Amino acid sequence: MDRHDLIIIGGGPAGLAAALSARENGIEDILILERDVRLGGILNQCIHNGFGLHTFKEELTGPEYAERYAKRVIEAGIPYKLNTICADISPDREVTYVNAEEGCVTVKAGAVILAMGCRERPRGALGLPGFRQAGVYTAGTAQRLMNIEGYLVGKEVVILGSGDIGLIMARRMTLEGAKVKVVAELMPYSGGLKRNIVQCLDDFNIPLRLSHTVTRVHGKERVEGVTISEVGADRRPIPGTEEFYSCDTLLLSCGLLPENELSKSAGVRLSRVTGGAEVNESLETSVPGVFSCGNVLHVHDLVDYVSEEASRAGKNAAAFIKAGGMRERGRVITLKGEGGVRYTVPQTIDPKNMEDKLTVRFRVGDVYKGKSLAVYYNGVEVRRVRKRVMAPGEMEELVITRASIPEDTDEIIIRVED
Amino acid sequence: MEIRELTCIRCPIGCQLTVTVDGDNVRVEGNNCPRGAEYGAKEVTNPTRTVTSSVRVEGGELPLVSVKTATDIPKDKIFAVMEEIRALTVKAPVHTGDVLIRGVAGTDSDIVATKTVLYTKP
Repeated sequence: MDRHDLIIIGGGPAGLAAALSARENGIEDILILERDVRLGGILNQCIHNGFGLHTFKEELTGPEYAERYAKRVIEAGIPYKLNTICADISPDREVTYVNAEEGCVTVKAGAVILAMGCRERPRGALGLPGFRQAGVYTAGTAQRLMNIEGYLVGKEVVILGSGDIGLIMARRMTLEGAKVKVVAELMPYSGGLKRNIVQCLDDFNIPLRLSHTVTRVHGKERVEGVTISEVGADRRPIPGTEEFYSCDTLLLSCGLLPENELSKSAGVRLSRVTGGAEVNESLETSVPGVFSCGNVLHVHDLVDYVSEEASRAGKNAAAFIKAGGMRERGRVITLKGEGGVRYTVPQTIDPKNMEDKLTVRFRVGDVYKGKSLAVYYNGVEVRRVRKRVMAPGEMEELVITRASIPEDTDEIIIRVED
Repeated sequence: MEIRELTCIRCPIGCQLTVTVDGDNVRVEGNNCPRGAEYGAKEVTNPTRTVTSSVRVEGGELPLVSVKTATDIPKDKIFAVMEEIRALTVKAPVHTGDVLIRGVAGTDSDIVATKTVLYTKP
């Protein structure tokens, strides 16, 4: 069986940044496995701009951002395989992949970085009433068909869910001549970025109906229209509020789910909240030597944070490999979100392996105005940061310093408070 | 006198702005920082956007190449820019940064490729 020091599953923004960082930290023998025809992942279909403001201090489109990283990976001579699906990862880090040239191959990895990204919540998971008619797409599928394959998926469109991809597609389809009639959002607030609501909906006078959902999809062979109803505080449709919109296409932008089937086969413990792996300060999962980063770990709002996080995963995987796969572990401090903080990444910290400063990322469960984030070590408040606005659609972060953690700490809690 | 309600997008806070235009006088209210004032004023006097789209490629490894306006264009030119983009077909290879249309729709902005699409034999 062949062996590589480091195998990275996925050649999107997370996998590329992880590979570069591992190489910068002295790992020569790296292999990236990518299932698509080129490196870059979903960025290749995200042709809109707004990427890279943090990383490159300029506004790039998705393909440009991807190409910058892909170029650096190619220039660094880091090997990668395209059109290659990873089929299995075992708990002892044997990676099985499949492609047309080699067939089915199993290789041993000194360390594995999970960078598979996420996928969209599909129609079947939404309980949408109606027949299985043509014309219902997830927003990302429509985006791929339009921006990579060159098909306009419909002419009269209703969008359910106001996630960023749905908003971006509302603008994209409008620019290509389709009529986007309405965006319905179940929640009383949008899950998308503010700038997307302004530049993708307001600019084109597309109405956003908050606290509304699709209660019927009309048409048997093809979508002929949808019924939209207002929902109450219990998120159930209110009878009598039904409105009919005639359309030929329904796009779904109803959340992203980390794609962790491979992680499960490797025995990685997953978080019920994020759907991604539970990780320690080194972004290492419950399986030693298996690291996770990017949208497969938790869904990010900006790719810049994916790249930053993935660089840390690459660096930590390099340290694991250079230490011969044996890392001394000290105490474990549990890190938790409570009272409005839905989760934290990482979920545990070993102060011994922690860098001087650790960025903790999380999301809040509601829209909060004028509240604070409070940090408790063993029940004692150590910090309080005032926040003008926090929203579920945007990630929050706090930096925890090693020097600030007392010797006997075993629990750190972050809460939303007044 | 014209009054417009806008959401500032210069940062995630998203201040609700009320912009009053009275002749040459523009007054922005509701902002919490100077960037909000600047955004509000620009949106009512000279709103601009980057337009991104895609262009058909002949003989390429992909059927489309993604493109953008190299600089922001006036907001009311968006659909004129799209019309020129839609009418265009280019031949592979195309490289990121290649200028595909100079001075699109009478603006001083160019349409440039944002992806590299190499040649493949049909």
